[in-house]
Amino acid sequence: MIWESWGAFWDMGGRGFFVWGSYGALAIAIVAELVALKRARTAALKALQEENDL
Amino acid sequence: MARTESQSNEKFAGRWFWRYASPATFFPLAGKIELLCWVLAIVLAAVGLYMGFFVAPTDAQQGEVYRVIFIHVPAAWMAMVIYLAMAFWACTGLVLGTRLSFMMSHALAPTGAIMSVVALWTGALWGRPTWGTYWVWDARLTSTLILFFLYVGYMALAASFDDKKKGDRASALIALVGAINVPIIYFSVKWWNTLHQGSSVRPGSSSMATTMLTAMMIMTFAFWAYCIAAAMHRLRTEIIERERNAAWLKEAVKEAIK
Repeated sequence: MIWESWGAFWDMGGRGFFVWGSYGALAIAIVAELVALKRARTAALKALQEENDL
Repeated sequence: MARTESQSNEKFAGRWFWRYASPATFFPLAGKIELLCWVLAIVLAAVGLYMGFFVAPTDAQQGEVYRVIFIHVPAAWMAMVIYLAMAFWACTGLVLGTRLSFMMSHALAPTGAIMSVVALWTGALWGRPTWGTYWVWDARLTSTLILFFLYVGYMALAASFDDKKKGDRASALIALVGAINVPIIYFSVKWWNTLHQGSSVRPGSSSMATTMLTAMMIMTFAFWAYCIAAAMHRLRTEIIERERNAAWLKEAVKEAIK
């Protein structure tokens, strides 16, 4: 492993805030998009079923 | 020479891609593409992140903070590529009048907008320790911010019409006109003196260490797969919304909920 310890890994040479702030934001963006995709699909299916009395 | 309609139909019938211009035919195919891309995205991201954090060495100049590159560059590339794809489908929709093309365009926009936000955000966090500032009004950064506004404008315009067909056409115009911004972003680091560095990746030669470059390229493919999967999912939802009175779709849903 190129890191001396997990502590050194999370510290990122003192730049942990910038590195994990970037990766964290990406993670939040992906989760938000997946939730939005799921919600839109559920709503579309509900509308289709209601309109067609399925 | 005037062609009869049957002749031109015959001409198109042999071309597989015309068959898939119909929502009913593309719906199941989009589902398969989506599934494949989710799997690819997860596998590639796992490999790419492992390489990026545990194989790629510390950068001699920047230390560890450079590791933002493994998401910053793919996100910035996808923000541009998705815009071009969106403009391409908008143009196709305007020229051929195919409704699936407009839906494809709409399905791409939110993911493209998210990619532009991720590129701007990670760029800001990378810029602070390396340039000493989160933001500067230089050509690369400003044109990327404009790209984000173009995505938002496109989505707002498409949603603002009660008549979906009008919304399709109006938003397609923004997509087309805005496409001029993409080459501006791409070449901005050459055309103007910017704080943003020039490209590290060039065909044939690259200024990055091999493992860094490999990790970045694997992450790029992971981003491609993610974006295609998300767009395919959104496209299928859009088809369900717009074709809710189509017999084929009703049958498919009946089958699914049985």
